[in-house]
Amino acid sequence: MSTQPGQDAKFFQRGKIEEFRAELQAAETKDKKYQKRKTVLKKVVANITMGNDMSPLFTDVVQCLGTPLLEIKKMVYLFLMSYGRTKPEQIHLVIPSFLQDCNDRNPLIRALAIRTMSYIPIPVVTDALSDQLRHCIKDRDPYVRKTAAICVAKLYTADPRKAERGGFVELLRDLMLDANATVVANAVAALSEIGDRQDGVIFRLNLLIASKLIAALGESSEWGQIYILDSLLRYVPDKHADAEMMAERVIVQLQHANSAVVLTAIKVLLYLMNYMENRRLIDYICKKMGPPLVTLLSSGPEVQYVALRNILLIIQRRPAVLKNDVKVFFCKYNDPIYVKLAKLEIMYRLAREENAREVLAELEEYASEVDIDFVRKAVRSMGRLAIKVEPAADSCIQSLLGLIDTKVSYVVQEAVIVTKDVFRRYPGKYEGIIPKLCENLDALDEPEAKAAMVWILGQFADKIDNADELLDDLVYTFLDEPVEVQLALLTATVKLFIHKHQSDTTKALVHKVLKWATEEIDNPDLRDRGFMYWRMLAMNPTLAGEIVLAEKPAITTDSDRMDRGALDQLLLHTGTLGSIYHKNPETFIRNAAGRALIDSPALNANSRAVLVPLSRPQLPPVAVSVSGPGPTEPTRPSSPPGEAGTSKPSLAVPVASGSSEGRDLLDIDDVTAESGGGGDSGEGYGDIDDDGPTGNAADPYANLGGAFGGYSADEPKPMGNRTGHGGDLDDLLF
Amino acid sequence: AFFVFNQKGEVLISRLYRTDFKRSIADVFRIQVVSNSDVRSPIITLGSTSFFHVRVNNLYVVAVTKTNANAALVFEYCYRFISIAKSYFGKVDEESVKNNFTLIYELIDEINDFGYPQNSEIDTLKTYITTESIVSTAIAAEESSKITTQATGVTSWRRGDVKYKKNEAFVDVIETVNLSMSAKGTILRADVDGHIQMRAYLSGTPECKFGLNDKLVIDKNERGGISDAVELDDCRFHQCVRLNEFDSSRTISFIPPDGEFELMRYRSTSNVKLPLRIIPTVNEIGTSQVSYVVTVKASFSNKLSATSVVLRIPTPLNTTGVECKVASGKAKYVPAENVVVWKIPRIQGGQECTFTATADLTSTTVRQVWARPPIDVDFQVLMFTASGLIVRFLKVFEKSNYHSIKWVRYLTKASGTYQIRVSPRTDAHIMMSDPRLRSFEG
Repeated sequence: MSTQPGQDAKFFQRGKIEEFRAELQAAETKDKKYQKRKTVLKKVVANITMGNDMSPLFTDVVQCLGTPLLEIKKMVYLFLMSYGRTKPEQIHLVIPSFLQDCNDRNPLIRALAIRTMSYIPIPVVTDALSDQLRHCIKDRDPYVRKTAAICVAKLYTADPRKAERGGFVELLRDLMLDANATVVANAVAALSEIGDRQDGVIFRLNLLIASKLIAALGESSEWGQIYILDSLLRYVPDKHADAEMMAERVIVQLQHANSAVVLTAIKVLLYLMNYMENRRLIDYICKKMGPPLVTLLSSGPEVQYVALRNILLIIQRRPAVLKNDVKVFFCKYNDPIYVKLAKLEIMYRLAREENAREVLAELEEYASEVDIDFVRKAVRSMGRLAIKVEPAADSCIQSLLGLIDTKVSYVVQEAVIVTKDVFRRYPGKYEGIIPKLCENLDALDEPEAKAAMVWILGQFADKIDNADELLDDLVYTFLDEPVEVQLALLTATVKLFIHKHQSDTTKALVHKVLKWATEEIDNPDLRDRGFMYWRMLAMNPTLAGEIVLAEKPAITTDSDRMDRGALDQLLLHTGTLGSIYHKNPETFIRNAAGRALIDSPALNANSRAVLVPLSRPQLPPVAVSVSGPGPTEPTRPSSPPGEAGTSKPSLAVPVASGSSEGRDLLDIDDVTAESGGGGDSGEGYGDIDDDGPTGNAADPYANLGGAFGGYSADEPKPMGNRTGHGGDLDDLLF
Repeated sequence: AFFVFNQKGEVLISRLYRTDFKRSIADVFRIQVVSNSDVRSPIITLGSTSFFHVRVNNLYVVAVTKTNANAALVFEYCYRFISIAKSYFGKVDEESVKNNFTLIYELIDEINDFGYPQNSEIDTLKTYITTESIVSTAIAAEESSKITTQATGVTSWRRGDVKYKKNEAFVDVIETVNLSMSAKGTILRADVDGHIQMRAYLSGTPECKFGLNDKLVIDKNERGGISDAVELDDCRFHQCVRLNEFDSSRTISFIPPDGEFELMRYRSTSNVKLPLRIIPTVNEIGTSQVSYVVTVKASFSNKLSATSVVLRIPTPLNTTGVECKVASGKAKYVPAENVVVWKIPRIQGGQECTFTATADLTSTTVRQVWARPPIDVDFQVLMFTASGLIVRFLKVFEKSNYHSIKWVRYLTKASGTYQIRVSPRTDAHIMMSDPRLRSFEG
């Protein structure tokens, strides 16, 4: 059965329809062993591949079906799959040939015929197919049956109502109990596809069927195992014991070589744990999941990436899973950039007092690498580490200072941004490094860094001798700055004035800025804020001081973790695109099916309390002319929710002397107000099953990606539609 | 949809499994990925459409979907496509794809239906998808039934009628050592990715049992405290291994595919024996020179030897030339990659080799940041496993009761994974001792 290397590259040449037609016609009279026809057909297929329209050759190519050569038949079928749909008036020419093949003695031919027919979704063909399919579903050969199962899914896609009227869904259901595991797996895949359609039938499993499916796992191909495992999420356990029994039987799949089998098995286990009671078993499963997840990191880089993005979700929900494994997430020098960025986030998540030193040493190493995004994120992580792990704060600050010394512009800017948050987290502890920051004022050219520095100058104007000079310099370009920086400058000069109101330069400075803000600026936020400061200062400067310089609540990393209900829901998509982007698929893929935990007597009370119900359909089923089906989640930076610890200080607590008016004004100090985040005990490493329901009901996805705050430069995300295109990208593409 | 593109973004294979795509979707990929010099993800989503790609040689293997696809499955499928193509054509590049495009169309029609991967066992596929011309009526229906039964059967990876005169099985235990060591010699991470490759040339339907070290701890959580045991953090098995049996009794039993396959993959992080010790000293002398002393020490039995040892020692970007001295092997400065490549064909166990060099730098007006990449070491050591794993037995049972010969070979290697950092980081300033800061405290 040795295969000879092909020599067909020569066929990749643009050809003319007329030539091909002439060659085919010539071949009809004299064609030894059909070699000529074979050659022409190869040229035709090559041209289809290159994107040249070969459809005018329809009748000529179809003629070749008369030859007994299987190779030719397959090429003609390939042609039909490409153009059959566009030739409804000529397709009847091939139906007899299809029908003949459907009844061939050879099962491979029977399967080939129905498979090909089902790829041509026009009524003439589907009508003919329906009759054949009914027989093929009950064919004595399992290969034909497994092909027929997928054909039903195709038929359903082409015409759902016809497929239902034909009773095919019921036939498919019967196939689920077939003696052959491959047939079962394909039937399950087909039913799942139908069940995920918004107009499809509901596909759920009961205990009996679910158990039978699990029994078929051992005999299924690796792909079949994935389809079956995936379908187990359609089984809702009524009793803890059922869920536990099921989980025990799924655990063995974690040892499979195929990473998709492993991730899908993990998805099932995570799902079933919501319905389990036995603490010891839950702990055992968590322990069992860790090593296979780490092993995924020795797969190809693409699979590593999928694994890493999923691990990031899993450890938020089940912190026990990999809590001692931070080392395996250290970056290798030659990891692809997407792997490195994903690892960095996990390293931060797994960092705690015991390993903070190692993690910091790694981050320092990364900060000297070449990729700018990676370096920035490493620097940002150092600051986040300082905020998260108090005992490590000192060494983190030292590292940051070392980095500022490098004078590399983006490193310095990133360090400044994050240092600002460190000041908020540890008031009165690190202000000593301010002069160092001030030395690098000129290096700051990015709005976020500049705004952060300006905030520092204003906030600590009393401790910086030449704050007025520095601010005066910065204000020089006030009118050309982005709003972010303008707002920061406005507030900072007001603070400066309150600190040093006896100075004439300060007075002149604040006057100048207030005048600009109220007279030269069109941005209403800036103007309004300018007016308010102005009036406040004019009416009661002392009170203004109390309000503007009111003590701010310290930053914590509590809200780093995503809300539990949202996590539960997102984990139902483990391994899929949704898990890569950390978004529910229905929010960015049109017609995608959402998933939600389904309530049952066995559902864990905490899970129930935070259950995010599914509302469907989430997206308009048809194209909208406005902005398309892009992600509907809040876009940064207009409303970054729950990002405590980033550049935006939290909504302050009412000041003792403050009237209600005072509170409103406090708001103004900050670009955006935000809620204090959920009630999770951020640093706790217990299983969060123990936690009660958390707050943040308004937006369960609020804390998504919160750990890195507004830093979303590298955050994987589906690309929305660019403005200006005016319509749905999907529709524009084709 | 499934595509293969060449480096220029030309389509070599195009198969649309679903009607929600037109072929023009290929242009979108070309614009977004092939002609984009800064692709930072193997997955790109535009609107509802997602592109997954894997690069191999000069090709892009691409899958496109409008659903919330299982990303791991998609990539595994792409990998599988590549390995099938490799098995059929020997190599996977533009030439081989173009030369066999009709066969590839046949294959992808068989291994994927409507986007659902189907049987992709190479051994089975080769029984009915070949380059030989087959006359459809000539395949006896009976013969085909055999094929279909196998393709959908419990051992879809093996034909029943395999016959060999001499029954042999070769087992290769191949371990890749991942090492990351700090400049000071602290091991930041050391672990082993092992896989057991098997070439089975056995007749009939052989039942195999495979045994590893007696003192083997496969799940670290199970038992602790056996100090000299070989501990595996995790292992994963080929489709043919009965996972239930492994779970209950820790026996690895299976009916192997015919020919070569990966039986098992494992990972070990405890008691990793590092075959080569690297001791680097890198000093920056002013701004004009960097001096190097790098010592390699082979820390395994003197009966064994490391071969194909290649050290890649990084040099600053503004290096003008490097003067190297080595007692064994050859060292050469490669300006294009900013490294000195030191090749040593063979190092006997216990032996030590040293490299000394001085790199001259041009003076630059702007101080260039040198990322100081790590020293990278590639090598191979035959008959050595870094994890300590040993194959104790491989038993073959077949109903005809033939005698079989088994061979085992061990290889520990590193390629791009064994790295020693060189940066003697200038320690960050002790904050409060900085005079500029002290004045500030009050």
